[in-house]
Amino acid sequence: MSSTLLPQTGTRPGARIGHRLTRVFEAATTPLLPADYLDLVAPLRPGADLRGRVVSVEPETADAATIVIKPGADWAGHVPGQYVRIAVDVDGVRHWRAYSLTHGPRRDGLISVTVKAVPDGKVSNHLVHRTQRGTLLHLEQAAGEFVLPADEHGVTPASHRKLLFVTAGSGVTPVVGMLRNLFPSTDSGVLKPARSKDLDIVVVHVAPSQPDSIFLRDLQALDAAGAINLVARYDDEHGVLDMETLGQLVPDLAARTTYACGPAGLLEALEKHHTAKGLPLQTEQFRAATVVAGDGGTVHVGGKEIAADGATPILDAAEEAGVLMPSGCRMGICMGCVLPLKEGAVRDLRTGDVTMADAMTGPVAVQTCISAAAGACHLDH
Amino acid sequence: MTAIQKLDENPTAHLSPEDIEAFGAEIEAIRQEILAKRGASDAAYIRRLIAFQRWLEVGSRATLLASVFPPAFVVGTAGLTVAKILENMEIGHNVMHGQWDWMRDPKIHSTNWDWDNATPAEAWKHSHNELHHTYTNVLGKDNDLGYSIMRVDEDQRWHPFFLLQPLWNAVNACFFEYGIAAYDLQLGKYLPMKKEDRPEHFTKGAKDVLKKIRKQAGKDYLVHPLLAAPFGGFLPTLVANFIANVGRNVWSHSVIMCGHFPEGVAVFEKSSIDGETKAEWYLRQGLGSANITGSKLMHIMSGNLSHQIEHHLFPDLNSNRLAEVAPQVKAVFEKYGLPYVAGSLPKQLGSAWHKVFRLSLPNGWLATTTPKNAPKRVAQLYKMSTGGRKARKAIQAELDAAASSREFTPAA
Repeated sequence: MSSTLLPQTGTRPGARIGHRLTRVFEAATTPLLPADYLDLVAPLRPGADLRGRVVSVEPETADAATIVIKPGADWAGHVPGQYVRIAVDVDGVRHWRAYSLTHGPRRDGLISVTVKAVPDGKVSNHLVHRTQRGTLLHLEQAAGEFVLPADEHGVTPASHRKLLFVTAGSGVTPVVGMLRNLFPSTDSGVLKPARSKDLDIVVVHVAPSQPDSIFLRDLQALDAAGAINLVARYDDEHGVLDMETLGQLVPDLAARTTYACGPAGLLEALEKHHTAKGLPLQTEQFRAATVVAGDGGTVHVGGKEIAADGATPILDAAEEAGVLMPSGCRMGICMGCVLPLKEGAVRDLRTGDVTMADAMTGPVAVQTCISAAAGACHLDH
Repeated sequence: MTAIQKLDENPTAHLSPEDIEAFGAEIEAIRQEILAKRGASDAAYIRRLIAFQRWLEVGSRATLLASVFPPAFVVGTAGLTVAKILENMEIGHNVMHGQWDWMRDPKIHSTNWDWDNATPAEAWKHSHNELHHTYTNVLGKDNDLGYSIMRVDEDQRWHPFFLLQPLWNAVNACFFEYGIAAYDLQLGKYLPMKKEDRPEHFTKGAKDVLKKIRKQAGKDYLVHPLLAAPFGGFLPTLVANFIANVGRNVWSHSVIMCGHFPEGVAVFEKSSIDGETKAEWYLRQGLGSANITGSKLMHIMSGNLSHQIEHHLFPDLNSNRLAEVAPQVKAVFEKYGLPYVAGSLPKQLGSAWHKVFRLSLPNGWLATTTPKNAPKRVAQLYKMSTGGRKARKAIQAELDAAASSREFTPAA
């Protein structure tokens, strides 16, 4: 609430009146906020929680699609290569996921993410196959350090004009975002604006096989226009890429700044290789380390590390260890014990259902009286 | 009503512990079936309902700006009353139960929700979700039985104070939200204490309640009347808000009375819940609650507490599914030969009020009073009310003897 935003002496009278009006509206809507009513008509207005409306869903391949979103008025913009966290309601349940923004800032103010439906992926399948135009999504501001440096005119500094991008699978998406910004593609073909003139870019793109490769057309078009030099590698055709082969594919590797985005294995190999040779490398792991559900684990709660087995409610285990926990009915009906699970996995002792949380999903509220540790977990308390 | 264990015909006497466990498993299976299939349509239901309620409230309040005109007053007041009922019953009560927590929407979550009611969410969640729902109908544990101010059971000793309980009950109905706030605070227990002896949680809780009342009353009786003042509608808007609040209070009080108070609903002794299994808990929840039959509209307006039995079996199950599980639950109760108390609103309300009157009088008084012996009974009642404990005991013995004689059928 805005009650802490008391007007300072010397504030514009307009602001003071605005503030008073806000107080009146709050008094008229309590215990709700005026925003709860405004959300009914203008969910994308300035001052609202950040949301976005799906403008279109454009299929890329059989299992990938680009979701074009009109973000709320408070969208602060982004830099190519950054990602955005998006909340989607799947079967009525809200899920948060992070996706790379696949366009540079667009003139029409829209943003887009390209999503590949992974097998058993609840959210990705919903986004690719079942998302309708007009759907309201929740957003966070763009984030991520995986970006090209640029001056105020968008020009890449001299230190970063010889580049190597190594991408694997969906890891291509932030790179495509950067490339589209450097070389806008129009109906009349790929543009090469002055700011991108003497860039020397090699893209090594790795995928399991050719048809699986999303954005291949984009990369091929850029290659055909002479904007980049594309080296496409398919595991089934060329074998799995190793560092020795990379050196052969890109002979002037040492002269380039490397940006890599993909799964952990590839990034680790690159890091080892580049560190040994003292070469500059910027990486982004595309899929966060997925939480694997087990049976029992270390529970981090109330500033303590507690070893809990898979049959004991976290509430009991924590209390046994001397943590003062919120509690209620102790049978899963009153929600008096709910705490946010920041990271890890818990199992509902009544149903066996596993609930997971990590940096990508954000915290998930769980009932500690009927949940047991299903792996290491961190509760916010 | 007497604790189920003391009844001549305990309705669970025919069940072995194995039967009860099998009964519990069948009830649990019904719950699992719904959990497995709930999803997008349920989420759409609550979002639609919340949007409808907010539009209705905004529309009614806008209409009340013109409340100086009688038609606007009537329409606005009716709309606001319905909006307040929906907000407390089908939305607030159920969201704060955590019935919608599974959606992981922080705006429709038990930890964040607050309602248009004098009692703050935190206090209510403790006394209602934790105490009432866990210890449903356990004498001495579940204070919802009579809200600590009424005589709710024959085993509770009669005192002349209870003669006025129908009046208390009517007053409590009109100002139910304040009654609940006082009850959540355990005002009766802590207020008589010296200030410095009162526990900290009470002092803090009382502060929170006063703050909440100030805000809620400020909204209904100051801010909105003032907004209507330029159109000459200060007083009519104030009255409209008062009517809407009293209307909501009386309605929710009536629904809640029908939930645990009608004849046929069982109460339990404190010792009976020692080591209670989940199946026994299910049994107690079912026997300790009563349903109201009626239209879909009635169900929604009651917050689906008309499916009180189902709500008490599955307090965290979203309310829009209770109508669907009710016939399944009823079938399981019938299969195990258990009573499933249900009746229309007038019937259940009448039954609950009848009980309030009956228990306001000494045991057996109402049942043994006929036109012929009325003067004698009134004289006895007068003596019991004005005399000491000894007099009460002696006359009570006479009443008990009369009630057990063949002349009078025992009270229903």
